Amino acid sequence: MENEAGALSRVAGLFSARGYNIESLIVAPTEDPTLSRMTLVTVGSDDVVEQIIKQLNKLIDVVKIIDLSDGDHIECELMLVKVRAIGKDRKKIKGTADIFCGRIVDVTGKSYTIELTGTCSKLDAFLDTIERNTILETVRTGASGIGRGERILKV
Amino acid sequence: MGTEELTGAEITIRCLQEEGIDYIFGYPGGAVLFIYDELFKQNKVKHILVRHEQAALHAADGYARSSNKVGVALVTSGPGVTNSVTGIATAYMDSIPMVIISGQVPTYAIGLDAFQEVDTVGITRPCVKHNFLVKNITELAITIKKAFYISSTGRPGPVLVDIPKDVSQEKTKFYYPSSVSMRSYNPTSKENPGQLKKAIQLILGSKRPMIYTGGGVILSNATKQLTNLVQMLNFPCTNTLMGLGGYPATNKQFVGMLGMHGTYEANMAMQHCDVLIAIGARFDDRVIGNPKHFYNKERKIIHIDIDPSSISKRVKVDVPIVGSVSDVLNELIKLLKASKEKNDRAAIKSWWAQIDQWRKRDCLKYDRRSAIIKPQMVVEKLYKITKGNAFITSDVGQHQMWAAQFYKFDKPRRWINSGGLGTMGFGLPAAMGVQFANPKGAVACITGEASIQMCIQELSTCKQYNLPLKIVNLNNRYMGMVRQWQEFFHGNRYAESYVDALPDFVKLAESYGHVGMKIEQPNDIEDALKEAFKLKNRLVFMDFITDQTENVFPMIPGGKGLSEMILV
Ligand SMILES: Cc1ncc(C[n+]2csc(CCOP(=O)(O)OP(=O)(O)O)c2C)c(N)n1
Repeated sequence: MENEAGALSRVAGLFSARGYNIESLIVAPTEDPTLSRMTLVTVGSDDVVEQIIKQLNKLIDVVKIIDLSDGDHIECELMLVKVRAIGKDRKKIKGTADIFCGRIVDVTGKSYTIELTGTCSKLDAFLDTIERNTILETVRTGASGIGRGERILKV
Repeated sequence: MGTEELTGAEITIRCLQEEGIDYIFGYPGGAVLFIYDELFKQNKVKHILVRHEQAALHAADGYARSSNKVGVALVTSGPGVTNSVTGIATAYMDSIPMVIISGQVPTYAIGLDAFQEVDTVGITRPCVKHNFLVKNITELAITIKKAFYISSTGRPGPVLVDIPKDVSQEKTKFYYPSSVSMRSYNPTSKENPGQLKKAIQLILGSKRPMIYTGGGVILSNATKQLTNLVQMLNFPCTNTLMGLGGYPATNKQFVGMLGMHGTYEANMAMQHCDVLIAIGARFDDRVIGNPKHFYNKERKIIHIDIDPSSISKRVKVDVPIVGSVSDVLNELIKLLKASKEKNDRAAIKSWWAQIDQWRKRDCLKYDRRSAIIKPQMVVEKLYKITKGNAFITSDVGQHQMWAAQFYKFDKPRRWINSGGLGTMGFGLPAAMGVQFANPKGAVACITGEASIQMCIQELSTCKQYNLPLKIVNLNNRYMGMVRQWQEFFHGNRYAESYVDALPDFVKLAESYGHVGMKIEQPNDIEDALKEAFKLKNRLVFMDFITDQTENVFPMIPGGKGLSEMILV
C-alpha cells in the first residue's frame, strides 16, 4: 500500500466497521520508500475472505493485494521471550532454545531474553515447551509472509 | 508550471474554476476565512450560503444527483465538519459524486486540542470514498484534482479535502494538471467476455425472466441502454427506490418499484423468476428482505455492477459482470442483436399472463372517496398537475414511499431521495441544490411534518436566493413510518411518535417571506396545487392535513421474504 499517513487506520477501520477479525497485522516500508507492505492474518469462510479482499481493494491507499494462503508461501514471525532463568533452569532453557534455533539476546543473573523466528505454530510450540510460570514477558510481531518461488507480489 | 505564486486559498478557488464548478454550498468560519476572502474577489464560482452545514451537503448532493455533475461543499473546521457528517454519509450511502472542502486548524496546532479542532480525516473516514489532509501547499492543487477524479469515476462517492488554515495562507506556484493517474486507483474495468457469453445464454434460455435495476443505472447514465434492452427482450422490469426513473414508469413493461414497499407484482416476479438480471443494484435488505427467504434454487442470477464488492455480498450470483453499467449494457445489446437464438415467445407470454394476474391484485389501492385527505391522492394529483415533469425530492418516512409509489418517473435524475442512509432533513436542502442545477425546472419537495422540521431553517436560504420550491407537507401529526411499525409490530404502543406542538406552517412560511397554504379537504387538493405552481417565482409551502392512520402497503416485515407481503 501507499506509505501514507492514515493508510494503516483505513485498513484497521475497514476491519472494525465491517466486523472482520484481525488476528495479526504487520507493516513496514519496502525497498521503495513510497510503498509499505502489510501482512494481515484473518480468519473467515471463503465468502468472507473474498469480501475482505474486495473491500480492501476499494481502499484508495491499497495498491495490490493477494491471498497468500491461496498458494505456496513462507510465513515467518519474530518473538522475544523473557524468561526467569535461575539455577538448573538456566541450562534447561538454553537447551530448549537451542532446539528451536533461538538466540539468547540478553542475559541477567535471573533471566534470559530469547529471540525466536519461524512459523506461528513453531513459536507456539516453544511457549508450550517451556514452563509457563517461567515466562515473564513475550512480544510477537505477528506473521509476515511471502510467496514461494516465482510467486511475486510487486508493483 | 505557472510562474505566478498564489496562496493556498487562491489555488483552491482556481482549482474549482478549472473544474468548471458554478455553484458551491457552504458556511464560513475561522479556518476557511482566507478561502472565503478569495471567493469574494471573483465571480465565476458562486457561493450559496446555507443556514446549517448539513444543508450545504444535502444541497450539493441534490445538485449532483439532478445534474450528473460533482457537487461541492465548503465548511469550516470543528463544528462545521461535525455538522456535515450526516450529509457526507448520506451521499456515501447513495454513491453520489461530491467534493467537500473543509478548513482545519493550522498544521502547527494540529493535535494540540486547538480551538475548533476535530480529527476530520478520522471522523469522516468511514463515510467517504477517500479523504485527504493537505499538510503541504505544494500538494494542494494535485490533491484537489485527485479528489474530483476519485469522486466522479468508478463507483462515485464523496471525497473530502481538509485544508489547514496556514496552508490556505502560504504561497506556491500554481499548476493544475488536466488529468491525473494513481497507481492504487484504477476505476476502469473491462467486462469479461466469457461472463457476457454466459449471461446471453441464460437470458435467451429464460422462461420467466426479470430485470431488476438500481441507482447504478442512473449514476451510469444508462437509461437509454436499459430501455432498449428491456424492450427488445420484452422482459418485465422493476426499479429499486434508488433506481426510479431508470426505466420509464409509464411503460407497460414496468412492474413498479420492488422491495419492502414495492408492488405485489414486482416482488412476486422477483421471487418466482427463473433468470434475474440485476443491474447496478445491490440486493440490499430493504429490497430483497431476508436472503434466506429470497433464495430460490431454480433461479439463476446475472449481476452487473461497477463495484466488485457489491457482487455476491448478500446474495450469491451465478454470472458476475464487473463493469460500468452503460458499457456492459451496450455489449449485451450488441451480442443479443447478433445472436440467432431467440427467447421462447410462448413462455414469455405466459409469464406475462402470470404477472398480469398479480397486477390484478391492485396492491396500491386506497380509499379514493375518503372525506379526509389521503396522502396518496396528493401525490397522484401532484403528478397530474406537473405532468410528471417535476423534480421530486423527499424526506424519509411514509411520504417518501408514497412519493415513490405514486409519482411515475419517466426520466432519470428526477427522483432525489436519501435511499441508503434514510436521512430525515434531506428533502428541502436537496431541493435547493436541484433548483440551482435546473433553474427552469419545477421542483417539489414531498415531506412530512417531522422531517421538514429537521432542516426547516433553509426556508431562509430559499428566500435569499429566490428559490421557487413547492413544498408538499403530508401532515399526519405523526412520525408516520414509526407509527406504522408500532401499530404492526409493537402492539399499538405509539411511543414518542406523535408530533406534538407543531408550528402553524402557514405562518411559519410567511414569516420567512414565502407563501403558505393549509389544505384540509380532498376537493381542494388539485386547486391548491394548481395555484401553487402558478406562483412561478414564489416558494409555496402546502400543508396538507392528511389521514393520521393511513399505512403504506404492501409491506414486507423485517426479516421476511419478498412473497410474504402484508397487503391492504
Ligand atoms: C435523522 C433521522 N432520525 C430518525 C429517523 C427514523 N425515522 C424514519 S421515518 C421517521 C418518521 C418521519 O416522520 P414524517 O417526516 O412526519 O413522515 P411520515 O412517515 O409521517 O410520512 C423517523 C423518525 C430517520 N430516518 N432519520
